[in-house]
Amino acid sequence: MSQQKKANTHPMTMIQALRSAMDVMLENDENVVIFGQDVGYFGGVFRCTEGLQAKYGKHRVFDAPISEGGIVGAAVGMGAYGLRPVVEIQFADYFYPATDQIVSEAARLRYRSAGDFTAPLTIRMPCGGGIYGGQTHSQSPEALFTHVTGLRTVMPSNPYDAKGLLIAAIECDDPVIFLEPKRLYNGPFDGHHDQPVVPWSKHPLGNVPDGHYAIPLESASVFRPGKDLTVITYGTMVFVAEVAARETGIDAEIIDLRSLWPLDIDTITASVRKTGRCVVLHEATLTSGFGAEITALVQEHCFYHLEAPIERVAGWDTPYPHAHEWAYFPSPERVGNAFKHVMDESPGRFDSGAAGAIAGGR
Amino acid sequence: MRQNKSLRLHVPEPTGRPGHATDFSYLRLEPAGQARKPPLDTSVADSADLAYSLIRVLDEHGKAVGAWAEPDLDPELLRKGLRVMIKTRIYDARMLIAQRQKKMSFYMQSLGEEAIGTAQAMVLQKGDMCFPSYRQQNLLIAQDVPLVDMMCQLFSNDMDHLRGRQLPVMYSMPEYGFFTISGNLATQFVQAVGWAMASAIKGDTKISSAWIGDGATAAADFQTALTFAHVYQAPVILNVINNQWAISSFQAIAGGESTTFAARGTGTGIVSLRADGNDFLAVHAVSKWAAERARNNLGPTLIEWVSYRAGPHSTSDDPSKYRPADDWSRFPLGDPIERLKQHLILRGEWSEEQHQQAQKEIEAEVIAAQKKAESHGTLANGRTSSVSTMFEDVYKDMPWHLRRQRQQAGV
Repeated sequence: MSQQKKANTHPMTMIQALRSAMDVMLENDENVVIFGQDVGYFGGVFRCTEGLQAKYGKHRVFDAPISEGGIVGAAVGMGAYGLRPVVEIQFADYFYPATDQIVSEAARLRYRSAGDFTAPLTIRMPCGGGIYGGQTHSQSPEALFTHVTGLRTVMPSNPYDAKGLLIAAIECDDPVIFLEPKRLYNGPFDGHHDQPVVPWSKHPLGNVPDGHYAIPLESASVFRPGKDLTVITYGTMVFVAEVAARETGIDAEIIDLRSLWPLDIDTITASVRKTGRCVVLHEATLTSGFGAEITALVQEHCFYHLEAPIERVAGWDTPYPHAHEWAYFPSPERVGNAFKHVMDESPGRFDSGAAGAIAGGR
Repeated sequence: MRQNKSLRLHVPEPTGRPGHATDFSYLRLEPAGQARKPPLDTSVADSADLAYSLIRVLDEHGKAVGAWAEPDLDPELLRKGLRVMIKTRIYDARMLIAQRQKKMSFYMQSLGEEAIGTAQAMVLQKGDMCFPSYRQQNLLIAQDVPLVDMMCQLFSNDMDHLRGRQLPVMYSMPEYGFFTISGNLATQFVQAVGWAMASAIKGDTKISSAWIGDGATAAADFQTALTFAHVYQAPVILNVINNQWAISSFQAIAGGESTTFAARGTGTGIVSLRADGNDFLAVHAVSKWAAERARNNLGPTLIEWVSYRAGPHSTSDDPSKYRPADDWSRFPLGDPIERLKQHLILRGEWSEEQHQQAQKEIEAEVIAAQKKAESHGTLANGRTSSVSTMFEDVYKDMPWHLRRQRQQAGV
């Protein structure tokens, strides 16, 4: 973070940063409209759109019926007209009724019409667990979007990135699924649920410029430089990886992908070729999760630099439980164990594959 | 409470199956001229009866009667409408043959439904946007779209502006207010509402026109579209073409038994009409009324057009497996071309000779267009767009992984 901009920055939570991004874009582009359940008068169940209707009027920011398919479908039509809709699905767990409109329509519109029509939409969805949200307020469905050709999937991990990425997403002419880890809305979270939450005002990335700035999509950030191993992650797990590095003393280089797909392959390969070891980390369930794609890419691009099998730490292959939240959420301990395992591993060990698969549980 | 009888699942059936004539009495028909014409600013409650009625203008002799008859309707417009319907039918017939000759993989006719899109296209204005299903080719033909352009899409040839990406009939022609067709049913219905909302947000004067079949009304996006159109009073015409069939499923399986599709609109708070889809004059008058309501900020209108899918669902379908072969000949609302022709002849504005002459001319025009389109290639001879275009337009700018895959494909 540049300190030169300090005069124009303010401490913001991720909620305030996202709101600021929408404020900037409503101001800058008269084709930007915002709608979704409870986003208008009330300002959103997470306060992300608070005050925007009062400032820009009901024609720019408005409440929508409880119909995810309707919200996205109407947005596709608005995009075809020439507007730039930013719509909200209250929880990522509730995007499923909009799947047809997202996959069959928004993602395909430019391709099937050879550019006659486009869908410059941003679909915001609070995602992720660690909040006792149970099965339908905790999911991380990113792999369901990264698999869809024509979509861009983005997830910030801090207020500074949240604003810059959301502005970039709104300005992007491709449809963007913008996933917001709600566990990070008010402060960073490293998985130590028994410790008090630190607010964003105490974190350097909580300092956010007031005006317009954009963080390019397809650009990952090296969240923590290191030389022992590379952690490829995003969202809440960035902070879990950071604390695991501190607690294990392993000098992990943490890559925050920010744009999940299409992603920044160069930053990934440069890091893994340097460290020779890789841990892929996400909250979402393991099997066919986005980590599988990252693992395959690293294997393909960095095979001759790898000193150990690539390790994955992820949510278990179960629906997200309520009471067992902290046994489910990939903890600093599980992540730290994976780090240690990757460091201990030597190539060619007969049990490396099986050991790798269960390492996260130990 | 004690249960006395076993429960029984009700599964609707059409009265007519192969070898048995259909009993069309379920259609809730009304004589021409019977249905009243409400004021443009009518309320849902005051017009609810019209959702269970049937607006018809042409009587059995071809005479325009009743409140919906437009006395000052220019006969030139009607002759144009007739020519468009003839052209659509001939186009369909020729393209069906071309499909059988393997010049394209697939085709869908609109036989028997030619009046609906044709007459509505004539009340829409430049800049309005239609969100069609796959059976509204007449919306394009009514605007005199070069048939060659349409055929090149069907043939997926090197002049297909969709670059061979889409199945035949999935046209996209924004310059003619024709939204890109999707294979996924009903999705466009709510998109049309969103487009109309956008027009209202921007303080524009354009309206949209949404199209759906009876079968697809069962899809969630249908009800979603109605809800959004009602909530935001979007300037949209919501057209439901009830051609009685969704592939092999009779309209009762879509929820048409003992009710109407227009009634769905009424229940959602949308002024809804039910009209004779094979009566060109009724389609014109009702479409005009709905368009004026939309343009005057009076909100959306749902229209159920009662018609009959005279042809097979598609070139992959054989209707003789599920309905009587001679069904259309007994359909009470007849053939839209024959009915308009009869009306024009009755008024002295058309003749049998003119009709035959028009058919001949149009046939020649379609054949000439086909010849020209085929000169750019067909699926049969493989003259398609360059394979490298397959990777374009997925995103605005091609990401690294697609550039890499294009390279791997060797194109």
